[in-house]
Amino acid sequence: MAEDKATTGASGNGSGALDDKGKALLSLLEEEFKGLPLEIGTALELVSVQVPGEHLVEFCRKLKEDPRFDFKALLCLSVVDYKEYFQVVYHLLSLKHEHKIAVRVNTPYDDPKVPSVTSVWAGADWYEREEADLFGVVFEGHPDARPLILWEGFEGYPLRKSYPFNDYQEW
Amino acid sequence: MAESEPRLQTTEINVNMGPQHPATHGVFRMVLAIDGERVVDVTPHIGYLHRGSEKLAEGLQYHQITPLFDRMAYPAAMNNELVYCMAVEKLMGLEVPERAQYIRVLMCELNRIASHFLFLSSIGLDTGALTPGLYAFRGRERLMAFFEAAAGARLLPNYFVVGGVREDLHDGWKEQLSGVLSLVEFDTDEVDKLLTYNEVFVTRTRNVALIDGRTAIEYGALGPVLRASGVPYDVRKAEPYMVYDRLDFDIPRGENGDCWDRYYVRLFEVRQSLRIVRQAMERIPEGPVQGLRRPTGIRPPKGEAYARSENPTGEIGVYLVSDGSSNPYRVKVRPPSFCNLMALKHLLREAYVADIGVILGTLDIVLGEVDR
Repeated sequence: MAEDKATTGASGNGSGALDDKGKALLSLLEEEFKGLPLEIGTALELVSVQVPGEHLVEFCRKLKEDPRFDFKALLCLSVVDYKEYFQVVYHLLSLKHEHKIAVRVNTPYDDPKVPSVTSVWAGADWYEREEADLFGVVFEGHPDARPLILWEGFEGYPLRKSYPFNDYQEW
Repeated sequence: MAESEPRLQTTEINVNMGPQHPATHGVFRMVLAIDGERVVDVTPHIGYLHRGSEKLAEGLQYHQITPLFDRMAYPAAMNNELVYCMAVEKLMGLEVPERAQYIRVLMCELNRIASHFLFLSSIGLDTGALTPGLYAFRGRERLMAFFEAAAGARLLPNYFVVGGVREDLHDGWKEQLSGVLSLVEFDTDEVDKLLTYNEVFVTRTRNVALIDGRTAIEYGALGPVLRASGVPYDVRKAEPYMVYDRLDFDIPRGENGDCWDRYYVRLFEVRQSLRIVRQAMERIPEGPVQGLRRPTGIRPPKGEAYARSENPTGEIGVYLVSDGSSNPYRVKVRPPSFCNLMALKHLLREAYVADIGVILGTLDIVLGEVDR
């Protein structure tokens, strides 16, 4: 799986399932962000954009504050372990236009670092702390990066694919 | 008073509340910085109920995962099962038979009532009223009996499967349900009469812990909390799933975004759910309840899907990544209570210590879902 995803990161569901809102959003994105090295595609009915880490915060702020995008809500922030790299996926929602988007950032496995988007959406706070706990991805610039789900001193990152499944330790 | 006389000094102190505290509705701990009777700051601590559901799901086959979703938000188990099944069906491009869609809507709305009844009883207890809780629990118990008759279990039914529901409704369900509904409606009226315009209750909840729509969206607190803040947004209307687009119901909208609005929005939703259930009962067609020949051994194509639906606590989402094998590659849940709880810091600022229980209660959190 890792090898097909290594190039685009976007899913291989193909296009064609977009509704009119999705198509409008897609063309607006292509027009608006000509200067940025984005990879724009689709994943099922979602518009999907891959952003380089260094442009993430700038890109997200534009998506939130531009009234044509109006992505005021961060629906979900997930990290996926593709064994060679991590992918952070941000599902965004605009309540006004009722459109959604998935923004993706890839980060290397050995040194996973992604800029924090807490300055854009306050709701990213706990999501980032949780995923940092479970995957060991560092969200740079997070104002309060204490562990959230696991206890202080827990060793390892349990949601990584390399973490063993049934290796119980009694304490 | 002479100027030389010393004035009473107050100092900020930190108080630990939880994880075992009756007002936190579960294993939730917060460290409160308080100055006299006012809360200055709060540091929430979660994770006491973390069971690694997302990791466990990666080791199970697709049809084995629904019980895990039951155990996330146990007051609304069916709603949780639904969103998982929807994610898998979306990935597979699977159409659910119409009868199964109706059964799902019916069960989800009944479960919404059951979950809101739990809320109504606990908000009564938080404000010092015991009796509404008894009525709410009586109604809840009737619904639980119906779940037991249909699915074989009261709380964690494991009733939905990918492609439909596990089995058709039991014989005589319509008669049983009509009886249950009229009793539930009676219990709702009782709670309404006892709480809604009760002087003590209104004083305790009106203008307490306000949150505006913009802030609620900022924290992602979509659902009843957002609706109480004046934004009538509901996934059932905005992005209808199952047969919700064919059913007639209203979305409540609060005015101030205070505790009373959050209470009233949920009471309103109970009545709307009753309306939906009655319509679904009338219109439910005959036919199969399962779209797949067997709901086991599922292998969705490689790809990913994000499904969302409206849970009693708020908007839930499931992000599912498949690598084409019989186990999911990644299952990420967007738990509504998690986002609601993030807004707690905003809500508790400048609140009275005595109101903490009420404010936390109106967020209707389920710790099993927060921690997963």
